[in-house]
Amino acid sequence: MRLRNRLMGAAVVVVASGLGLTGCGQSSDGGSGDTIELTIAQNSIAGGKNAAAADYITNWVIPKFEAAEKAKGKTVKVKFVPSGVDDEQYKTKLSLDLKSGKGADVFDLDGIWAGEFAEAGYLKPLSDVVGADADNWDGWAQIPQSVQGLATYNGRKYALPVGTDGRVLYFNKTLFQKAGLPADWQPKSWQEILDAGDKLKAAGVPVPIQINAGTAMGEATTMQGVLPLLAGAGGQLQQDGKWTGASQPLKDALGFYEKIYGGSGLGDPKLQQEAKGRDKSFQQFAGNEIGILLESDYLWRGVLNPETGVAKMADRDQSVGYALIPAEEPGKGINGQDFVSMSGGALRAVNPNSAHPKEAFELAAFTLSPDGLKEETKNGNVRITPRTDVNKEILSAEPLLTYISDKVVPLTAFRPPVAAYTQVSVALQEATAEVVSGKTPDQAAADYQAKLEGIVGGAGNVAS
Amino acid sequence: MAQATLPPEVLDDAKARRYSADAAGLGRLRAGAFVAPALALISLFLVFPALWVLYLGLSNYRLTGAAAAAPQSVGFDNFVKALTDPEFWNSTWLTFEFVLGSAVIGQVVLGFLLAWIMRDRTGPLKRIVEGLVILAWILPSAVVSFLWVALLDRDDGTLNTLLHSQDFAPLLDHPMLSIIVFNTWRGAAFSMMLYGAALGNVPPSHLESARLAGASGWQQLRDVVFPHIRGHVLTNLLLISLWTFNDFTPFLLTAGGPDGKTEVLAVHVYQVALQGGELGYGAAVSTVILLINLVVAVFYLRLLRSKK
Repeated sequence: MRLRNRLMGAAVVVVASGLGLTGCGQSSDGGSGDTIELTIAQNSIAGGKNAAAADYITNWVIPKFEAAEKAKGKTVKVKFVPSGVDDEQYKTKLSLDLKSGKGADVFDLDGIWAGEFAEAGYLKPLSDVVGADADNWDGWAQIPQSVQGLATYNGRKYALPVGTDGRVLYFNKTLFQKAGLPADWQPKSWQEILDAGDKLKAAGVPVPIQINAGTAMGEATTMQGVLPLLAGAGGQLQQDGKWTGASQPLKDALGFYEKIYGGSGLGDPKLQQEAKGRDKSFQQFAGNEIGILLESDYLWRGVLNPETGVAKMADRDQSVGYALIPAEEPGKGINGQDFVSMSGGALRAVNPNSAHPKEAFELAAFTLSPDGLKEETKNGNVRITPRTDVNKEILSAEPLLTYISDKVVPLTAFRPPVAAYTQVSVALQEATAEVVSGKTPDQAAADYQAKLEGIVGGAGNVAS
Repeated sequence: MAQATLPPEVLDDAKARRYSADAAGLGRLRAGAFVAPALALISLFLVFPALWVLYLGLSNYRLTGAAAAAPQSVGFDNFVKALTDPEFWNSTWLTFEFVLGSAVIGQVVLGFLLAWIMRDRTGPLKRIVEGLVILAWILPSAVVSFLWVALLDRDDGTLNTLLHSQDFAPLLDHPMLSIIVFNTWRGAAFSMMLYGAALGNVPPSHLESARLAGASGWQQLRDVVFPHIRGHVLTNLLLISLWTFNDFTPFLLTAGGPDGKTEVLAVHVYQVALQGGELGYGAAVSTVILLINLVVAVFYLRLLRSKK
């Protein structure tokens, strides 16, 4: 009796797993009948991260796109797949989905992942996946070359660019006033940032300066910390095909971290170690506890935004100031610049495994149509879109984004678009973590070089 | 196996052999047919994945990049890298601390104390205590971790509010201690229940005799109770050591931080394989973890057997 029960149990398992497998097999051809089912995935979620983008997809794109396709005689159902997690986790989830031949038909990714995704076959050139429609898209004519470059790998376009961004120093004008600092503050060297930090500290500001550091903040440490500092000291990650090791600019950048976190009290070393440190830095800035914060325009439109931000600041427009990131000393930045910044941008890609690549591309293009972008950016959700025609109309009403588009974008720099970058980025984050926890900049730079040699294939590819 | 244990004289007698080696009278083929589904399932879900992990460990397979599309064999490089990587040994040491602190000492001692104190009690007190302890055990990890983060958080944590302290950050200043206390609290229920059942098997007459002979509480525990529950203690140790060894929940509290101070092996594998994308190297580390698990299991099973 018992034996029979067990056998029955085993049989049930076998049958069930068989059904499960066939079930999986069928789900990929996108439903039955004439209905075309599409999914679109982003790291955005209603009421949470990038809420405005999620609302835009759910409330505008999906109904309008379905109606537009209906007018063409196609029945299309679009489903939005939201996420609200750190970018690193989103990337892990995305690559696992794509690795198993699944994933949404249209998905967003950080531009810097394009190289490694393309190498892995998770992304294919748009014209291979979609056909001629991709090259003939009327939007390309409106997108500047530098932004198209974000979606280009080895000379071919792999996705549609969603926009670009820039990094500035934000400061809290209320705290600045308390410390006797000007409301139109613009530091011209790193020393002037530290001087302002000293005054803020003397005025009792809990965290005078926050420059992201450590591994818990992930890419935010690299983009809003090491790389702008490295550029300010005249350094580049990669030059003439060789990676830069423990160079003087890197040591200077790490030295700046040491000045902030090495016992001066200008920064909060523990915040750099916390699992949710970056989210806390947002809350503290919104709560008038941080004086100076290096962040991208995302802070302004996605975090402090009085309407849709994750750490809303009702008086954002009055009390948040912004300034260009200075070079270490005037003229010492890359290309002899006085001020520097870094830019990146998201991409919207068509899944090579999609059963309906043409419709998926139409959906992606639809989200980036002039009408769509204007809808997405209305009500204070302005961002720098990929299209110059749209930017001309929407940016003028938004002071920070005009500032970024006019002053920052011309002097900005991009990350090297190679597959090894993300591993190099982690090594840089680890170098800052070492400095925050008390190692000397020289030691951290030497450790970085050793890791770098392991990542990029030996000392021959590294110049020190 | 069965044949090898047969005495030689039985082998001579074909008829006797058939009866003793094939007690159910099914014959080789039919017996094989009966175990085949089980063997197939075990192969599919246990043996094959284990071999697959071994195979992956010999390659430079990655989550993204060129090595994701066309992984290449790298021989034993991953294993050499793991065994020479200070981060791996750091994680192994942290795991050892975690198992020793939270399982071998924390859960066993707390679980036994609870079972010992509650052994003769009845009524609502016992039921409330047991209910609360078991509640800590059965709540989903995600929920429990969130509660503990809310308790220990540096800025607005409950603990800081209760103590009226500023900036007391256990998860940052004493991360290992925090996850040890957490896991002790979380897992004590299993030991408590197991010891509770074991203590019920200690004959009251033995304890009575010991008391009459003037044995102190400690002596009773050592000379009467412990010999009776020795098997339970070892089984319990084996189970909770292995569970704790492979536990991923600390990640939900500290994410392996700060600066890798709580990056136990389970978290380390997640970090290198999924966050870092090095699936091949992660597979090699997993294989080493599997071997460590086997060593621990064999050690306990030996101890368990030696009681006879």
